[in-house]
Amino acid sequence: MKEIVVISGKGGTGKTSITAALTYVGRGEILAADCDVDAADMHLLLAPDFGKPTDFYSGVIAKIDTEACISCGKCKAVCRFDAISIIDDKYVVSPLDCEGCGYCARVCPRDAITTPEQNVGQWFISTTRLQNQLVHARLGIGTENSGKLVAKVKAEARSLAIEKDIPYVLVDGSPGIGCPVISSLSGADYVVLVTEPTVSGLHDMRRVHQLLKQFNLPCGCVINKADLNPEFSRKIEGFLQDENIDLLARMPYHPDFTEAITQGKTIVELDGSELPEKIEILWNTIKSKLEE
Amino acid sequence: MKIAIASGKGGTGKTTLSTNLAAYIAQTHPVVLADLDVEEPNSGLFLSGSPIATEDKFKMVPSWDAEKCIHCGNCQKVCNFNAIISLPKIVMVFEKLCHSCYACAELCPAKALTMVPEKIGTLKAYKQGNLHFVESRLDIGQEMAVPLIGQTESWLNDHFPDALLLLDSPPGTSCPVIEATKDVDFVILVTEPTPFGLHDLTLAVETMTTLKKEFGVVINRHRETGDIVEQYCEQNDIPVLACIADSRLVAELYSQGKMMYKSVPDMQQALDNIIRFLHLPGGRQ
Amino acid sequence: MKILFTAQGTGWDAKVDPRFGRCPWLVVVDSETNELTAVDNSDSSEEAHGAGPKTSRKVVELAPAVIITGNGPGGNAATVLEMLDAKIVTGAAGKTLKEAYEAFTAGTL
Repeated sequence: MKEIVVISGKGGTGKTSITAALTYVGRGEILAADCDVDAADMHLLLAPDFGKPTDFYSGVIAKIDTEACISCGKCKAVCRFDAISIIDDKYVVSPLDCEGCGYCARVCPRDAITTPEQNVGQWFISTTRLQNQLVHARLGIGTENSGKLVAKVKAEARSLAIEKDIPYVLVDGSPGIGCPVISSLSGADYVVLVTEPTVSGLHDMRRVHQLLKQFNLPCGCVINKADLNPEFSRKIEGFLQDENIDLLARMPYHPDFTEAITQGKTIVELDGSELPEKIEILWNTIKSKLEE
Repeated sequence: MKIAIASGKGGTGKTTLSTNLAAYIAQTHPVVLADLDVEEPNSGLFLSGSPIATEDKFKMVPSWDAEKCIHCGNCQKVCNFNAIISLPKIVMVFEKLCHSCYACAELCPAKALTMVPEKIGTLKAYKQGNLHFVESRLDIGQEMAVPLIGQTESWLNDHFPDALLLLDSPPGTSCPVIEATKDVDFVILVTEPTPFGLHDLTLAVETMTTLKKEFGVVINRHRETGDIVEQYCEQNDIPVLACIADSRLVAELYSQGKMMYKSVPDMQQALDNIIRFLHLPGGRQ
Repeated sequence: MKILFTAQGTGWDAKVDPRFGRCPWLVVVDSETNELTAVDNSDSSEEAHGAGPKTSRKVVELAPAVIITGNGPGGNAATVLEMLDAKIVTGAAGKTLKEAYEAFTAGTL
């Protein structure tokens, strides 16, 4: 079993559209995982049945039992996150500020503080309209630890693929360079970077590529909307050459990207464009890279 | 007044709107734009100015003193983040995993751990005419954006206590965006009329409602007929501040890092609408 | 001599897991008796962060002379394992524990 992770650094480059299209062309051999848990959108194209919902608990938040509290103020004094305040003469925790370090509970002389695990969302093992499996999640609002939910989605996808003997796990990764994306990347066999020829596209790709170098992960690049700015496309290609990154595909700026999303389909299911063929070739290219 | 420009999903035009709005107002009035998308800050690609400040930003992490350590293992026990482990002969600190809660250091019976600064990123400020531009950048490999966002906001409060502040926020609905929007007076949510845009907008709306924030929507790549975001806003009584039509010209100008309010009449109209709605200075009266 | 595998299961037929920090099982073979002992590592494999340090701490306690794995430990874990003075053998992913063990004893891994 091999794991391919698709990331982009910057949002809006077409990462999810391309991941869903790859899932379509490789539907017999791909198990998909949506690790963009903050803005999980794959389900809008793949129509999963939200099977096997499981509550996800992660991280802790302090809770003060006001009956047992003797208002000694020790918890407030040690909290580095200003998460404990006095409201109506009572010590209370602000859940949005609490970091979950548990320091307050350790210093409370009356054991009046507990640190229950937080229900931060749900994850699902679904069957999609393409009859393949999708592991995905729905994150609660403003919750911490989306990185941990990413780790959970990936762990489930991997073990399901091993159990069912599915050769590829295809992961729609998170944007940015911080904790969720680092979680998305862990254990990847190959990383596909989706970028666009814009000043921000190149800037963000450089940053995310530095991260890949730290993890020593092999990667290739898809330039989406390549004809939008030919000069920048060439700049990106130059960067790829300098850094020894495979150029996997150039995709055109095409109205079908929006049209497909609007119809709830993947870009390869619309007739009359060159996109289906390009995605087919892209999937075969990625597979051949994994054999190297 | 503090206004955040945010979006549920990335790539909807948050940075385009922030930079154009800031530059447009700055034609006649002072304004501060801060890029709080510290993982991938992009506003600076569209603006220029003379540097006025550069500051490294730090978080505090424990440092181990082998001489004093009695190897009791308490530090590992009190750390909720796997950031410190106690082995038979040595204690190891994993700085990137540390949340700076100080528990290990302050609860160490032998005082063998002291908190020391570790660099997490850099804040830079620039000035051009009426426009002050502030950007913070997370160092590659650092996982936690929130402390850097918080420190940037404190810096802004210290240096520009009474200014009109525009905050280009990180995308999404989790901790970084909460940190960036929790103290603002108004949130502009930028979205696009696709099922992706609508889905992520509903999450952003839920977040802002939870935070009890006043907010309105700007529809980028707007469609004349059957705009699903417009319909959603109407049904839910959410004000639509402005619409920017879908055009390849806008996409091309953006790709080159160019300002749009001068050459795209639609953009200028949208900025005027926002300025009027929020009673901001500047614009065409 | 104790030989430790990062494994996807608990028996001789289980495959070597390519990942160090996030492998679901740590399996130790005593080369004198050929006996297997499996240590559950699922708590580490589901950590958002710090799986490497957490797993390597368990490995230090198990004190193997050889570690057989796939991709090799990442930066955090590698720092901890330096304490151990164990031989780290990579590239065994996909083999069963039996195959990997035989290849190791034959010196072909």
